[in-house]
Amino acid sequence: MKVLVCVKQTFDTEAKIELKDGKISDAGINLIINPYDEVAVEGAIQLKEKGIAKEVVVLSAGADKAMDAIRTALAMGADRGILVKQDTAADEYQRAVALAAAIKDENPDLILAGHVAADDGSSQVPTRIAEILGLPHVNVITNIEIADGKAVCTSEADGGTQVTEVSIPAVISSQVSWNEPRYPSMKGIMQAKKKPVATIDAVAADAKSTIVEFSLPPAKTAGVKIEEDPDVAAAKLGDWMKNTVKVEVK
Amino acid sequence: MAGTWVFVEQRDGNVRKVTYEMISKAKTFGDEVSAVVFGKGVEGLAADFAKYGADKVYVVEGDVFANYNTGAFVAQIAAMIQEYNPNAILFAHTFNGRDFASRLAQKLEAGLATDVIDAEISAGKGVFTRAIYAGKALAKVEITTSPILATVRAGVFEVVEGAGAGEVVKPAVAATDADVYQTVKSFEPTVSARPELTEADVVVSGGRGCKGPEGIKIVEELADLLGAAVGGSRAAIDSGWLGHELQVGQTGKVVNPNLYIAAGISGAIQHLAGMSSSKFIAAINTDPEAPIFNVADFGVVGDLFKVVPLLCEELKK
Repeated sequence: MKVLVCVKQTFDTEAKIELKDGKISDAGINLIINPYDEVAVEGAIQLKEKGIAKEVVVLSAGADKAMDAIRTALAMGADRGILVKQDTAADEYQRAVALAAAIKDENPDLILAGHVAADDGSSQVPTRIAEILGLPHVNVITNIEIADGKAVCTSEADGGTQVTEVSIPAVISSQVSWNEPRYPSMKGIMQAKKKPVATIDAVAADAKSTIVEFSLPPAKTAGVKIEEDPDVAAAKLGDWMKNTVKVEVK
Repeated sequence: MAGTWVFVEQRDGNVRKVTYEMISKAKTFGDEVSAVVFGKGVEGLAADFAKYGADKVYVVEGDVFANYNTGAFVAQIAAMIQEYNPNAILFAHTFNGRDFASRLAQKLEAGLATDVIDAEISAGKGVFTRAIYAGKALAKVEITTSPILATVRAGVFEVVEGAGAGEVVKPAVAATDADVYQTVKSFEPTVSARPELTEADVVVSGGRGCKGPEGIKIVEELADLLGAAVGGSRAAIDSGWLGHELQVGQTGKVVNPNLYIAAGISGAIQHLAGMSSSKFIAAINTDPEAPIFNVADFGVVGDLFKVVPLLCEELKK
């Protein structure tokens, strides 16, 4: 079975966001694999270790530097990579069209991705890819079992946990609680340098949405801060909660 | 153009509050507002939506709609879009809502703004504010594809009552079992007497300062006294003191309750991204330099093991 994993290169989640010329500045920002996608990479590698997957292909759409994200996934244990060169400002539609075209050429048995990216928070692309390819999908999974041409997925659902079965090929998106991604070993990092990565151009498509303005949220200002005996502090905090916030006590 | 549709987010007839928030917001666009509900035995809900101003309620009943599944829901709403031509459709930004809207958007080759915290819709144009980088920045997104599609974050729009005609419309059922490609084997509801994190009025969260399950228990006691949801920072989740679904922050849930109480949470930027839009923030932390105090309306420098139990006593008075 061939498993393809879509990864997006995103800002480190500890990054402080600043604007420059009305755009989000990437100056001095540490770039990582989107944490949700990293979990998908780990899930794919584990399928290979279990003997279920024969090959793990990692696919990313983005700028040249997204190659680093691909190399990291290869160092974790993926077999080869594909970089689809695309403007990082592409919208979810353009992104999905570009990724789906590359996936179609690969014809994998399973397509994995994070259910959301930590940067734009859109959570659209995996589902859009499934629609383009005419495949079933399951989102936000925390476990997967593959057997008899089917994927049985446990996922975080609204107000509970759901188990869903789909036929494969399918597009499956991961929740971060699925697994704990491994750190690449030194050996893995060395091997990754020799693993093949193909570079292709994105399929042209018109955007379906336009970001007309970036801004920073109004800075939250610090209010009062007290340092007193616990009973005095608790009384003052309780008073504030009752009279300013107007909480209801059950 | 048949106004704005609000897709009703419900399970077994229990409607999520965000549905009423969306109807209330849609009323401000000045166009006709319709609630759209798919399910089994859901017609009785129609009066509920009229109470918040829905002019029409599209009710689609059938076994195939008993539980959310992408295939049947997309097939049905796509047929209804053809038939009725709505200007815009709002979905809740729940797991189901974003799944539904994303697949529909791609089928229609349309734009979609997800997790919006503000919306302005006119004929053929939607302008939405989205929190990106988990709230560290905002993006204004314009959509002109038809219909205008968005998923809406819970808790950002106020619920306003206002009588609507609530005229029940029963569209033709277009979806069949053949449209279903996901087989739901089981659904286990989360058993909790507490409200859900993203919908709660008050959230009490614990972090590293809780030191273990005993500290979390103190946090939970305060939460239960306030009818609040319990959340945690990444430290509390990674230590296994709370389930992952309760993580607040950039790789967890983004919450915006009326009151957020951070107990033993230092306030890493990852965490602040998930809660700093809360209306009121209180923080209890032993470290006077903890960054959480930079966003707290009321900060107590102190030991949560001492302050929180005393606070519970104080609130009970």
